[in-house]
This record gives sequence, structure tokens and C-alpha cells, in this order.
Amino acid sequence: MVEAAIFQGLSWNPVTDLRELFTYPFMVNALEAGTIVAVMAGVTGWFMVLRRQTFAGHTLSVIAFPGAAAASLAGVPLAVGYFGFCGLGALALAGIAGSRRSLSAESAAIGSLQALALALGFLFVSLYHGVLNGVDSLLFGTFLGITSGQVAVLLVVATAAVSLVAIAARPLFFASVDAEVARAGGVPVRLLGFGFLLVLGLSVAETSQITGALLVFALLVTPAATAHQLTPRPLLGIALSISLALAVTWLGLALAYFSIYPVGFYITSLSFGVYVLVRGGRALRSRRRATAGLALEAA
Amino acid sequence: MIDPTAVATPAKQEAEARSEPAVAFDSAAVRLGGRTIWSDVSVTVGEADFVAVLGPNGAGKSTLIKVILGLLPLAAGSASVLGRPPGDSKGRIGYLPQRRSFDTGTRIRGVDLVQLGLDGARWGIPLPGAPSRRRDAARVHEVIELVGATGYARQPIGELSGGEQQRLLIAQALVRRPKLLLLDEPLDSLDLSNQAAVAALIRRICEEEQVAVLLVAHDINPILGYLDRVIYLAGGGAIEGSPEDVITSGTLSRLYGAPIEVLRASDGRLVVVGQPEAPFVHGDRHG
Repeated sequence: MVEAAIFQGLSWNPVTDLRELFTYPFMVNALEAGTIVAVMAGVTGWFMVLRRQTFAGHTLSVIAFPGAAAASLAGVPLAVGYFGFCGLGALALAGIAGSRRSLSAESAAIGSLQALALALGFLFVSLYHGVLNGVDSLLFGTFLGITSGQVAVLLVVATAAVSLVAIAARPLFFASVDAEVARAGGVPVRLLGFGFLLVLGLSVAETSQITGALLVFALLVTPAATAHQLTPRPLLGIALSISLALAVTWLGLALAYFSIYPVGFYITSLSFGVYVLVRGGRALRSRRRATAGLALEAA
Repeated sequence: MIDPTAVATPAKQEAEARSEPAVAFDSAAVRLGGRTIWSDVSVTVGEADFVAVLGPNGAGKSTLIKVILGLLPLAAGSASVLGRPPGDSKGRIGYLPQRRSFDTGTRIRGVDLVQLGLDGARWGIPLPGAPSRRRDAARVHEVIELVGATGYARQPIGELSGGEQQRLLIAQALVRRPKLLLLDEPLDSLDLSNQAAVAALIRRICEEEQVAVLLVAHDINPILGYLDRVIYLAGGGAIEGSPEDVITSGTLSRLYGAPIEVLRASDGRLVVVGQPEAPFVHGDRHG
């Protein structure tokens, strides 16, 4: 049934095509899961880019891979592996950040953790006798076979995480841009840093289940980085980050449905394309402004 | 010899007797990692005084600020800040830490940074259109106007000059109407004309907002004309008094326990010669 749907292809009638997208329950589940994940990734990603913690975020996503592999090996739901390993990874990263090392020593420690995670993932895959045929979907994502139960778990976790970020929004923003003054003003800067890493771990665990462990960045970093390029206003930036994540997820899922290529590829390429467009547009604008300034000076 | 504590005018003494001092240290000492940074320090900063904290590198100037903020404990003696133990009056102190500048990649508007000074420690999301939100916005607007940053407060702060960033950071420190302003080397990274402009701004704020200012400085000359008093840290101790009384060969020689000479240039600038550490005046000042 699934195969038939995929190979039917586009009818080029937008109404029929849209209607077809919502015909199959697996596709409805995928769209619901994608929507939940995109909102969560848009919010936490915006703060992650602001805090310059994309390397830590990437490491968490690499840690998601052995988590999923270990879950397959143990015969428990993948979500258990994702959430368990990303939670532990967040604790480890918080420990590294809390030890007050220099920035270079910190990134070296995070990098070592990342290598260990990849190696563990590979070990678990080899230990899984026979073929772990989902290994490429663990790494690069899939939208097939998402159950309503999984969607419910995603929704509960995302609601909890987004609510936590909302409650802590202002102190977290303060601690992220101006830690020393925030601390002097009574903001618990270290506690917030630790809490944010945990929320980031949850986001990565959720996003991995759609985009795969290696393409988490497509939803977590690229829309947020694009939003930061578009506006320095915090609320507008978060709204843009969510909207972009939603747009690339919906479009990516639709494209993947009507073609034979994986969803991770589409989501990643779409968000990368938007990022390049925005960067290019900004560069062009600042050059034009500079030329205009020169002309003004000359006149 | 002049007693530096006896220089206050009678009118000023009367004013100080009426109000509680902004900062009062009594025989205070600080130890960091087993080393005594300074000891037996007794200083008083009166209400709405503009006081410079001077001294060579490593004398414990920033340490003094951290003690007032309650971030470092005293090893001996006692301290009171705005009539309470240090750390108990966070909301009434404005603080501007050392060497804070934002690189060009920082995509935050100055106005948001000032706003954080007001509500950055509050949890939850404010309701749009709530009266408190409008009041906050009005105060942010007012304080940005006060420091003269209205023209560029809505640009990303990373794209502004050092002087413009410093004005916005002073606005952030002022936004909660503090009774005490702690500024750690706010003039350090500025060029000369900006140093003079920011010093004049701080003097004006001190008078108009009735706030005591403690300013850590490397070079006394840009602020000399605006100061009420000076706290000079050196040789593990401190001397407090008016600039004319403290920055003298005799007083500084006693403090350092070594011969120090203070020279006055023809334009009124002070040059301290013979300091064991760190030049007092760095670079040449022309034009």
C-alpha cells in the first residue's frame, strides 16, 4: 500500500495532491510528528545558536545514534534509547562545561565524547547479529512507520520542554548574552546552563526520530541560524525560527512522499537553501549600503 | 601630614551624617587562594558620591567590586552596602563588569540589552499589552535617552562602536534606578574624546539620578575634573580621600612603602612615577 502510494507520483493538481497527503494514517502521523518536532527544534535551536552551543548540539545528535542502536539491540522502543542517551549526553556535557576549563579544552573534551559515541554506535550495530536494516534511517531519518503512540510521546516531551524554555525565557536570554551581569543580578546562570543542555538533549532526541541522528542540524541549527540573520529581535526571531522549521518539514515530507528520495535529504537541502539565500541577500544589501555610503561621502 | 579622612567639607559631613553611606568598609580584608589581596581597608562612599578606585594591576580593584556585590566573602573586618550586608541589595546596585564588548556577530539590539537589565531576572512570559510592560518600555526609553543612545539603540549592538556600546551598557546598569553604580574600567577601551564624554555623562548621572558611583580606572586624568573622592589601592592596603590629598608624593609613598613621585603637567594632568607595577598613565596624549 505504501509502495503504491509512493509510486503514484504527483498528479500536478494541488488539491488532489494535498488530499492524497492526508489519505494514509502513516503520512498523517508523519506530518503530526514533524510539526511537533519542528516547533520544539525552532525554539531550542534559536537559544542554542544564541549561546553558540552548536557543537554541543551536534555532539548530542551523534550520541543519539548509539542510543537508537542500543535500543534496537536490547529490543526496547527506539525512543527509550534516544531519550536515555541524549539525557546522559546532556549530563556529560554539563559536567564538561561546569569544570570551568578554557574554551579550547572544553571543545576538545566535547569532541572526544563525540568520537566515543560514534564508536559505541558502530559497536552496537555490529553486535546486532544479522542486518540492522534500519541503520541508515537511524542516521539519516525516515518518516515511515511513525505510530500514533510515538506521536503522543513526542507531543508530551515537546510540550514539557517548550514550557520550560518559556518560563525561563528571559533569565535564559539574559544569561546567554550577558552572563556576568545576569549573575550579579541574581540569575542562576549555571543552573540555567545545565537545564538548557537537558532541554537541548530532549530536542535532539525528538528531532533525530524524524531527520536521523546526523541530519538533526537541518531542523535544529539551520532555521535558527537563518532567523538570527533575519532579525535581532528576540520574539520575532523565535517566531521566524519556528516558521522556517515548520515550512521545511512540511515541504520536505511532501516531497519525500511523492518521490523516491529520503526525507532527511529534502529537509536538509531546503533549510540549507533558505540559509544561503538569506546570507546572500544580507551580503548584497550591506554591500549596496556601503556603496551608497561611499557615494554619499563623495557627494 | 594630611589626614585623608579629614578633608570633607562641613556641609558634606552633615549630608553624610543624615543619610546612610552607599558603601562602608571597616578594617576589611580579602584572601584569595591563600593570598591576602588587601587588609585593614576602611573606606566610606557617601550617597551620590562619584568615587574613583585607582591602583596598579593586581592591587585588588575588581576584587573590591566583587566584595561589594557579595560575590566574594571578607576574611576579616566588616562591610555594609546600602545599609545591608553585601549581596543583600542586588536590585539596588547597577553593575558594569570589566572589558565587555560585543563582537560584530552579536545579533542583539541595544534596547533589548537595556530591557534585560530591568526584567532579565524575572521568570515567565509577560502578557503583551500589560500595563507593567508599557511602564517597562517607558523606563527603557527614558534611560536610553539619558545616556544619549536613542539614535542607535535599535541596531544590533555588535555593529556599534566601543563608546556607543559603553553608553548602552551604562543605561542597562541604570535602568532599575540603583542607588549605587559599580563601573569596572568603563573607559578602558575608549578613545580620548569618548573617555571625556563618558566621564562627563557619569558625573551628570551621579547628580541627576542621585546615585553613588564607584568607578575603577586605570588612568585618573580623564575623570579628574569630575571626581568627588578617590580610593587608592596599593601595597595590600587602601587610602581614601579627595584626589588632591591622595594623589601626592607623600601619601602614595606611604601607601606603597616606597618612594613615589607625583608630577603635575602644565595642563593639569597627573603622572605617577616610580610605581613598582604597571604604568599609571599609558600612551601619549596629543590633541
